[in-house]
Amino acid sequence: MFILFESLDRDNRGCLSPDDFEALGGLAMNPIGGRIMEAFFSSGQDTVDFSSFVRILAHFRPTDRNRNKEGAQQELPSSRTRKLKFAFQLYDMDRDGKISREELLQVLRAMLGLQVTEEQLQSIAERAIQEADLDKDDAISFDEFKKSLEKTDIDTKMSVSFLK
Amino acid sequence: MPSGTVSHGASGRLRGLFLVMVLVFLEGSVFTVAVASSDQHSPTTAHSGGHKATDHGSHNNTGKAFPVLDLNYENVRVPFEISLWVLLASLMKLGFHLVPHLSNIVPESCLLIVVGLLVGGIIRGTGETVPPVMDSKLFFYILLPPIILDAGYFLPIRPFMENLGTILIFAVVGTLWNAFFVGGLLYGVCQIGTETSSILSRIGLLQCLLFGSIISAVDPVAVLAVFEEIHINELLHILVFGESLLNDAVTVVLYHLFEEFSGIGSVTLLKGFLGVISFFVVALGGVLVGVLYGILAAFTSRFTSHTRVIEPLFVFLYSYMAYLSAEIFHLSGIMALIACGAVMRPYVEANISHKSHTTIKYFLKMWSSVSETLIFIFLGVATVAGPHDWNWTFVTVTVILCLVARVIGVVGLTFIINKFRIVKLTTKDQFIIAYGGLRGAIAFSLGFLLKKEHFPEREIFLTAIITVIFFTVFVQGMTIKPLVELLAVKKKQEAKRSINEEIHTQFLDHLLTGIEDICGHYGHHHWKDKLNRFNKKYVKKCLIAGERSKEPQLIAFYHKMEMKQAIQLVESGGGIKMPSAVPSTVSMQNIQPRPPTKPAPERAIPQLSKNKEEEIRKILRTNLQRTRQRLRSYNRHTLVADPYEDGLSDLFLKKQKMFQIEKKLKEMNTYLTVPAPPPDSPTMCRARLASGKHTDFKPDQVQKGNKMCSDPQAYSIKPASNKVPMIQVDLASPQSPDSVNLLDEFGQANQQEEEEQGLMMKPPSRPREAKKPSEEDEAKDPQKLMRCLSDPGPSADEDEDGAFLP
Repeated sequence: MFILFESLDRDNRGCLSPDDFEALGGLAMNPIGGRIMEAFFSSGQDTVDFSSFVRILAHFRPTDRNRNKEGAQQELPSSRTRKLKFAFQLYDMDRDGKISREELLQVLRAMLGLQVTEEQLQSIAERAIQEADLDKDDAISFDEFKKSLEKTDIDTKMSVSFLK
Repeated sequence: MPSGTVSHGASGRLRGLFLVMVLVFLEGSVFTVAVASSDQHSPTTAHSGGHKATDHGSHNNTGKAFPVLDLNYENVRVPFEISLWVLLASLMKLGFHLVPHLSNIVPESCLLIVVGLLVGGIIRGTGETVPPVMDSKLFFYILLPPIILDAGYFLPIRPFMENLGTILIFAVVGTLWNAFFVGGLLYGVCQIGTETSSILSRIGLLQCLLFGSIISAVDPVAVLAVFEEIHINELLHILVFGESLLNDAVTVVLYHLFEEFSGIGSVTLLKGFLGVISFFVVALGGVLVGVLYGILAAFTSRFTSHTRVIEPLFVFLYSYMAYLSAEIFHLSGIMALIACGAVMRPYVEANISHKSHTTIKYFLKMWSSVSETLIFIFLGVATVAGPHDWNWTFVTVTVILCLVARVIGVVGLTFIINKFRIVKLTTKDQFIIAYGGLRGAIAFSLGFLLKKEHFPEREIFLTAIITVIFFTVFVQGMTIKPLVELLAVKKKQEAKRSINEEIHTQFLDHLLTGIEDICGHYGHHHWKDKLNRFNKKYVKKCLIAGERSKEPQLIAFYHKMEMKQAIQLVESGGGIKMPSAVPSTVSMQNIQPRPPTKPAPERAIPQLSKNKEEEIRKILRTNLQRTRQRLRSYNRHTLVADPYEDGLSDLFLKKQKMFQIEKKLKEMNTYLTVPAPPPDSPTMCRARLASGKHTDFKPDQVQKGNKMCSDPQAYSIKPASNKVPMIQVDLASPQSPDSVNLLDEFGQANQQEEEEQGLMMKPPSRPREAKKPSEEDEAKDPQKLMRCLSDPGPSADEDEDGAFLP
């Protein structure tokens, strides 16, 4: 993992900065590339050192399904809840604990680009909030987020086998 | 058909069952008579031929009587018999579901084989020779393709692709292992056999290997038939099913290889090497042929916007051609068919109309169902008919070896595969995969194809194959359901995908692609992303007609959901209860979270609205039923225009208007007591549509018939208008605080008017309500309403009525 870190750290300062990330062409083309980058730089810092880099990537380790202890699983960074929390944070840019309609719209706009009209985006965001919002506060909290994804196999979706 | 199918009561079912039994007996007897007469008729035709000759000779003397009622079975014989068989199959299927509890215990496939045995027994009992129904040509060219096409067209691509590696390993390596294990050990057993060894020891190694390759292939038909009923989770289903589909390539290669060898009689290393190469050729070639035809079909469907009626035909024809073309070159026809169906589906579905989609779906299901039923019945009949040579050693050893080979194969392969999988396969999964390895009719047909000259032991083989098939289908098929329950294997989750899942899934895909980029690891997601990009940029433009090509997947999904919901609303009589996911309730919910500014009046609104909602709903319901009746009587004429598809654009417009309403609501907080502006939008929208103006939104969805277009659009308001009550309900509710008493007063008066004039009259009534407290603020608003409603309202009615009087 350190090799990877070093290969990204182009100016060898021992920590990563935003332009290191931007150098990755694929990330630039990715609609949510900017958000992913921001997830690495937590709480306003503009450098990422090795430990936080690893900590974030640890979210994507494959979950070991056969572990029996429920309690132990909650602590692991790669457990399902932690994975979901990470994804939730990517939606929730202002960190208020809820995905508001505006934030959802931003994500949709980023993913669907210019191909769709504003009304369609609004309709979709509307419908998404309708379906997920159980306490009718017009925003999706983390629990509602978790509930709406309970049928999806997050473990498979959010794991990179490389990181085992 | 028996009325018992409709009623669910026990007496109804029994009655239905009785009727079905009577029909079956009648049909059975007709069938045996037909079979009997077909043999007897040839002498009679000879006789009548003779008669005719003599008559001609002496027709001066005795005039031949004109045959008023003549029996001529020979001409119709073949179609008649085919129809009888299909009818028998369908009645059987019907009957099984009428017998209570039977279909829970015994899987359909078993029952059908038993029926086949009975029919064969009856035919043999009447002394006739059983017709050789299990003709290999019939099976491979007519009975098998519909089942495979159905499977391929509706193949869930995502889980299939995600597990492709696992499936391929099971299919290729697993089948090879099975074939060689069974064949080799069988040969060994035959050599060291006891007194029967004189017969068995004649079986050469190659014959054994060939037999092994025939018997080791997991059969898609049997797997589908059994797994359909047990509803296990998607992963296991796709693993076993995918394996059964993909092992066709292996089977084809091995079969031809060993057949070649046993014909020629010499095995060289070069031939073995060529065999390996031919495997790749067969598999990849089959897929290539399928993809080619799939692209052709997608391309053709791009231009079918004017001839919607024959759209399904293209799908079927191209797929069948793919299958046949692959068979010409001895490539894997099954893989070609799967590839064709899977490739063409996303593009064809974007191009064809909703009705064609339904047609394709139901035709495929119907054909595959009938085919499957027929296959099992024929298996039964062929068992009675076929030449048998029972050899205890051979048969028992085969059965045992098949089971053992399967278990060892699955366990061993899973051990290797689990090293590469993110989600490991547990022991339970392995057990189900091993237990689900059912053999079926393909094995039998392949055995039937064996030539007697090369394989003097053909009968022994056939008997053994049938025994294995019976064992797997009956024993494994019947017990797999209780075992699934016992082991508490995860079942299939019946839920439909919500839009949330779709959004989040796409989001996660992007996320993972990004992470993979950071890691520099070109995994699964990276290639998927690249494929999607390529697809979007080039392929979709070619293969999808018109504007739909630019439509991202999320939008298409959203459309589908909206359409489904609109159709559901129409079918359920329109808005009797409000589904929670309807966006039109947005305005209601928007009002509630604004307590900080205006607590008192806002809290009053929801409560009042609940009381008035029922009333309004009642009013609207009566109107809706009338409009629905009008719809029904006119649907025959609007065959060309698809009201549901046109209605979609209306839905969008309505939503647009909804957002405008929201904005207006936000602005006019002070006007909460008199919110007359909201009713503006849906009525204006309706008015605009009624005047026949096309919405630019989805021009390609407007079907043919320009003259008809404007009218069905105006008319198609009606199915979409079932949404209108949704809007109207909550729109009316903001009004309710001020017009509560008004509603009461006008309720009765309006009811009569509304019942006379349907929905169109609703809007004018509201301004009347709003006008009462019109003093202060809304002087301009009802005027606006009146202005917009005065002209298009009545004329819209005239337009519609005029157009639809044929």
